[in-house]
Amino acid sequence: MQLPVNRSSLFLVLLMIGLCAATLMSLGMGGVEISVTDVFVHLGQRIGVAEVGIDAFDARILDSLRLPRILRAIIIGGGLGLAGAVMQSLFRNPIADPGIIGVSASAAFGAVSMIVAGHLILGSYYAAFGPYGVPIAAFGGAVLATVVISILSRQDGRTDAAIMLLIGVAINAIAFAGVGVFTYMADDAELRNLTFWQMGALSGNGPTDMPALIVMALGIAYLIRLGTPLNLFLLGEAEARHLGVEVEHLKRRATVITALVVGAAVAVSGIIGFVGLVAPHLVRLATGPDNRYVLPASAMGGAIILTAADTVARIIVLPAELPIGLVTGIVGGPFFLGLLIVEKKRRRL
Amino acid sequence: MTLMAHKADFKARGRYLLRDVSIAVEPGEVLAILGPNGAGKSTLLKVLAGELSPSGGTVFQNGRALSSISALDLAQERAVMPQAASMSFPFTVFDVVALGRAPYRKVSTRQFDQKQVRRAIELADITHLADRAYPALSGGEKQRVHLARALVQLWGMTDTSQSSAVTNGDDVARFLLLDEPTAGLDVSHQHAVLALARREAKERGVGVLMILHDFNQVLTYADQVAILSSGEVVEQGSVSDVMTPDLLSSVFKSPIRAINDPAGGIVLVSQSA
Repeated sequence: MQLPVNRSSLFLVLLMIGLCAATLMSLGMGGVEISVTDVFVHLGQRIGVAEVGIDAFDARILDSLRLPRILRAIIIGGGLGLAGAVMQSLFRNPIADPGIIGVSASAAFGAVSMIVAGHLILGSYYAAFGPYGVPIAAFGGAVLATVVISILSRQDGRTDAAIMLLIGVAINAIAFAGVGVFTYMADDAELRNLTFWQMGALSGNGPTDMPALIVMALGIAYLIRLGTPLNLFLLGEAEARHLGVEVEHLKRRATVITALVVGAAVAVSGIIGFVGLVAPHLVRLATGPDNRYVLPASAMGGAIILTAADTVARIIVLPAELPIGLVTGIVGGPFFLGLLIVEKKRRRL
Repeated sequence: MTLMAHKADFKARGRYLLRDVSIAVEPGEVLAILGPNGAGKSTLLKVLAGELSPSGGTVFQNGRALSSISALDLAQERAVMPQAASMSFPFTVFDVVALGRAPYRKVSTRQFDQKQVRRAIELADITHLADRAYPALSGGEKQRVHLARALVQLWGMTDTSQSSAVTNGDDVARFLLLDEPTAGLDVSHQHAVLALARREAKERGVGVLMILHDFNQVLTYADQVAILSSGEVVEQGSVSDVMTPDLLSSVFKSPIRAINDPAGGIVLVSQSA
């Protein structure tokens, strides 16, 4: 009985190393190739270990383009992976994912409605919100969808998983229809902006992303510690209560914070699908279902996946760049199907 | 120091599922709840477990109103074996039983937890299943897993391999609530489960409440019995006083006779008219 625990801890360490490796590789790759040694030298100089820096042009690319971008990839990927793992436990359903149950789409709907109709909705206050209007609207959309789902899918104190997924389908349809309406209304400049929300991009909006990224980091720090209560949750809500979990309290907190994390992710990078679904499933193959390991591993796995996907998005159609949501969709969709087939075989008696 | 419902009502959509129920689970005794389907037995168990709040009356556990006790404190004083718990994630049997240690995660050590879990697994006769995935088990096997989980929760920080002292190290009583613990079990495991519950009562002073359907199991394993019908307690008292053919026949609307068992005692049999 000693062994499995150690193996899971070892896997966490491996993931950490993998994340560092992915970060270093991603820093070096792109329109301008920078060698791993140069990346090391530059990072060393930044933290005051190395005396001499590297070529000024390369240094500028690392500092102002790639480092912030990879930081976004790590936080957003980590947030999405973790949010997926938490939702799967909260709804006690391995198929739950912010994309599938419509939370991401609602966040995008919030963002899009603010871009196109913000000056109509807020009137003279629009200027006061400035660049923060869009992320706040994305939050709003995510929270609204999560609340609607958790209220409607509950009956006599139980969450019905099938109903929840169907509600998610409906919310997805409504949100995408809403996005469609605004796309129809939008002018050319707004249209380009909207595409970004629907397909995702890590190029970011400069310093205005900071509040959203900080919210995500705080959300991650809270959610990642919920391993044991969420394990109990998997037994059922009544059983979790018998075992000392303040169920309603935990559910409300975890749901709202997950929605905040997803909303913030959408606000920064648009809809990036499949990370929340694929990361937890992948790490469970190594750690088993124990949330004490699945949660941190999903966060790191999500960060690795998104960093890798972003590297692909940056180099595959040089000098242009592919929307990252397309990359995660193209790679993630079939990959997930493959996973399900493997899982199906494994569950045979 | 009991777990008791005092004039408890439970109303759902305007209908009384429980009405004016007063009942007490005493430490060291086994209380059986008997009654026809839909009598409110499971509802009563949920109210006593704090899962449902009574719409009238109060539930007290060790002298405190249930509503004023935190979920964690409650969990350290009573364990529940549910009728059916679904789990779609492939935890191993060992891990599911270990979840019962969660209320003690701040005060216990891993070695101690594992020792308790192994002991409970042995008692529930699921040692050969310990490494199997829980979702792949049969219904009866799952029941035994949940019994083991309830046991490790109930034992708390008491070392069960030591002498079976009646005290738990603290002076509050502990309670074990079992909702139809024999459902889906074969005959030998039915007796094993009931004997285990009774042993917890007699050797460790646990107050045990169990919902049963079999009159003879009540005769063999319970000290007290309460009969529920349409949400009300129609009779309660010691097993020898309550378990009479006349009373049971009228509550269950089915003729029930007592016959002498050549091996000693009586056996209650129900006959179709």
